[in-house]
Amino acid sequence: MSNKISETLTFECETGNYHTFCPISCVAWLYQKIEDSFFLVVGTKTCGYFLQNALGVMIFAEPRYAMAESEEGDISAQLNDYEELKRLCLQIKKDRNPSVIIWIGTCTTEIIKMDLEGMAPKLENELGIPIVVARANGLDYAFTQGEDTVLAAMAHRCPQQILLKNEKKIIQDSSIQNFFSFLSSEKKEGTTNKYLEELKKNPPLVLFGSLPSTVASQLSSELKRQSVQVSGWLPSQRYTDLPSLGDQVYVCGVNPFLSRTATTLMRRRRCKLIGAPFPIGPDGTRAWIEKICSVFGIKTEGLERREEQIWENLKDYLDLIRGKSVFFMGDNLLEISLARFSIRCGMIVYEIGIPYLDKRYQAAELLFLQETCKSMSIPMPRIVEKPDNYNQIQRMRELQPDLAITGMAHANPLEARGINTKWSVEFTFAQIHGFTNARDVLELVTRPLRRNNNLENLGWSDLTKKEKKK
Amino acid sequence: MKLAYWMYAGPAHIGTLRVASSSKNVHAIMHAPLGDDYFNVMRSMLERERDFTPVTASIVDRHVLARGSQEKVVDNITRKDKEERPDLIVSTPTCTSSILQEDLQNFVDRASITSNSDVILADVNHYRVNELQAADRTLEQVIRYYLEKARRQGTLDQSITKEPSANIIGIFTLGFHNQHDYRELKRLLQDSNIKINKVIPEGGSVKDLQDLPKAWFNLVPYREVGLMTAIYLEKNFGMPYVSITPMGIVDIAECIRQIQKHVNNLVSNEKFNYEPYIDQQTRFVSQAAWFSRSIDCQNLTGKKAVVFGDATHAASITKILAREMGIRVSCTGTYCKHDAEWFKEQVQGFCDEILITDDHTKVGDMIARIEPSAIFGTQMERHIGKRLDIPCGVISSPVHIQNFPLGYRPFLGYEGTNQIADLVYNSFTLGMEDHLLEIFGGHDTKEVITKSLSTDTDLTWNYESQLELNKIPGFVRGKIKRNTEKFARQNNVTNITVDIMYAAKEALSA
Repeated sequence: MSNKISETLTFECETGNYHTFCPISCVAWLYQKIEDSFFLVVGTKTCGYFLQNALGVMIFAEPRYAMAESEEGDISAQLNDYEELKRLCLQIKKDRNPSVIIWIGTCTTEIIKMDLEGMAPKLENELGIPIVVARANGLDYAFTQGEDTVLAAMAHRCPQQILLKNEKKIIQDSSIQNFFSFLSSEKKEGTTNKYLEELKKNPPLVLFGSLPSTVASQLSSELKRQSVQVSGWLPSQRYTDLPSLGDQVYVCGVNPFLSRTATTLMRRRRCKLIGAPFPIGPDGTRAWIEKICSVFGIKTEGLERREEQIWENLKDYLDLIRGKSVFFMGDNLLEISLARFSIRCGMIVYEIGIPYLDKRYQAAELLFLQETCKSMSIPMPRIVEKPDNYNQIQRMRELQPDLAITGMAHANPLEARGINTKWSVEFTFAQIHGFTNARDVLELVTRPLRRNNNLENLGWSDLTKKEKKK
Repeated sequence: MKLAYWMYAGPAHIGTLRVASSSKNVHAIMHAPLGDDYFNVMRSMLERERDFTPVTASIVDRHVLARGSQEKVVDNITRKDKEERPDLIVSTPTCTSSILQEDLQNFVDRASITSNSDVILADVNHYRVNELQAADRTLEQVIRYYLEKARRQGTLDQSITKEPSANIIGIFTLGFHNQHDYRELKRLLQDSNIKINKVIPEGGSVKDLQDLPKAWFNLVPYREVGLMTAIYLEKNFGMPYVSITPMGIVDIAECIRQIQKHVNNLVSNEKFNYEPYIDQQTRFVSQAAWFSRSIDCQNLTGKKAVVFGDATHAASITKILAREMGIRVSCTGTYCKHDAEWFKEQVQGFCDEILITDDHTKVGDMIARIEPSAIFGTQMERHIGKRLDIPCGVISSPVHIQNFPLGYRPFLGYEGTNQIADLVYNSFTLGMEDHLLEIFGGHDTKEVITKSLSTDTDLTWNYESQLELNKIPGFVRGKIKRNTEKFARQNNVTNITVDIMYAAKEALSA
């Protein structure tokens, strides 16, 4: 280990003048994840215009979300909020018949103090459809934290886990039999028995965080290899299949931005939280599985070998990025995990910008970052909470990183100034979790480098007219 | 409240930001919550801007909600003043922050004392005007501010230029083909021996705004943005303006004749006569006049079309289709509800019915009912067309990145007529081709067999893996299936499970 390495991470906090997506953007992936949901964003034209532009093509695919656009009468309280929302929700019920309507509160509803939480139960009774309220507004949250508010609200709707062993078994038996009713009877019996058999091995484990269903089943099967049975996901593919929660249930997060959900699960649903690094990158995935197994007292098998194998597969990409420097401007809270993975890949991280850092929820990940820095003999990066984009660009000018991970507002201007960029938003939408997808992360990270390798000798990397003198 | 999935025109502050970021060395500061600065994303992505968009947010967060902005807005303005040294800082609230009813004018007044830049507050009501109206107002506001300032300081020179000259008003960022239109207008004026005095707001400096009155007249190419400014300049400086959009052969001629009239009012002896120029351009430079006589265009006679877009483009395209190409416009419409009267007057007699709405479902229903052979509309209509299998040419905002082509694609002027003719003709032939294909049963009578390696005999997919495969989006499913099967064969596996699928992905990095 070299002697210059600082032993501890440094945390800073800037002005919060940074670019990120509004947290209501979470409807984009959540409505696709929860198939029988409908998201109603109660806000203004500004919110609507953001969704329309941020989600691009998706808007044309008959999405199961809409704006309840406030007009002047709503703002000045000439119209009755309850009656207005009732009218719109009846319309939605008629047109789409969802199993749940999720109201997304925005800045506007905060400012005019619209009592969404108060109105929802009343309307829910009248309408006969569950209404979940999540306040995903730009006053309090950034980008992916929107999902956090929705999942935290949903955690309240998960059924209570039934404690009596026998009763539980009966209920599960019948529900499982219904589920497999399309299978032939002997096959059904086999499947059911196998299912119940596996359930006995560990206490119920619910994973939280919205992932594409393929990624979710990849992670589940990784755990299954270690004979850990996942009993449910929050969110599930359908609202009607939300997992049961209770004080016997262990929960573990798959994404770093879910601190409210974690808190809600612990405090309100009495679940036991497994604090682990997040399963991003082969190192993260292994640490995540190991942590879960250690909690259940299971000895992992062949995990080390599996990790090595994945690293082996990444060799061509690793050669490309080893020794390169990276600067995270910060906008989606995945930054700590991604930085930790990049360092393990041999990159040097100058700065980790991050909108908000929950040091308790991310404790294991932070520790892992620190250890990774030590083992790779790389200086600890500075972590900048609520960064100031203007200052960051000044810093970048001096540091000249090989890669900046940044929002789309800055990507093209930075490229024009000869700095390679990767849009951070892609990390939110790409499949980056687990062993299987490690290559996809590097595919993203290396794309600008590979592209520019091709263009390097053409001699026009700086494409701005002369910079204004300050 | 209104249930809305899609909107044709954005919120007011977008209009203000478009005006501000079009001008050189002008910075805009939004009083807005975190995440409202996606205007920067749009500009950076759609226009592929190389420079940082000169827009920052003075963030409204919980603290501001509790205690008010206090020093924050003023600090942010003075900070930008020091960092960027802009000539002008435009401050604007968003829908959300305007409900806070903070006295932004007061902040702006205070900030202007300490900063070297001029500071103004955009005067727009977020609940009454949309993006386009706000842009129109902000442009007028900025120009009024600088002309009145010049008048107060006695630097206003009202004498007109020696040679005939014009201001072009209303070219700006994120406008539909605005950059190309600008080049075409420049050429049109050059050909007419008219100098360009100023172009605003795109690329102009606010320092030069006091020279606006030197032009002989103003040219306002688009109905939506610039008219307020032109009317202000007419009232206060007696400057005439031409607001006929030079789109389509007939209207270009009309526009040039108006210009001729204004120019001739100001010269004494040698009168300008553009008629020979119009004739030459119409018959030989533009191909559109010839095209409408050609056999190609004959085939389009009486074909049904639907037009929808902003007032300028929808009206002009309607007139071109009906008057210049003999196409039957079954319905034409605009989302510029505030300008409905003008629009109706323009398209009177050129279409069967008129639809004024900003609800895309009404437009969709109308198109489904009429079943035209082609649609000319915005990106939304393009998607409606996709669902109904009707071709669509995009003629107006809202747009996406495809509508910011790198190549030269004006809609205005004589080159514009060529572009429009291509657009119209291509939309229709595609439709015809499709139709014929349907009648004769497709391009090829042989069924296309995919390059799939699977023979369905030696490999079986178990129930779970089949479910998993079905979860994969359709457009890559085939590839994943092939790769998995290839992997299975290489490893002598016959029963494909979910684990094999993942292993295949890892191995092949599909």
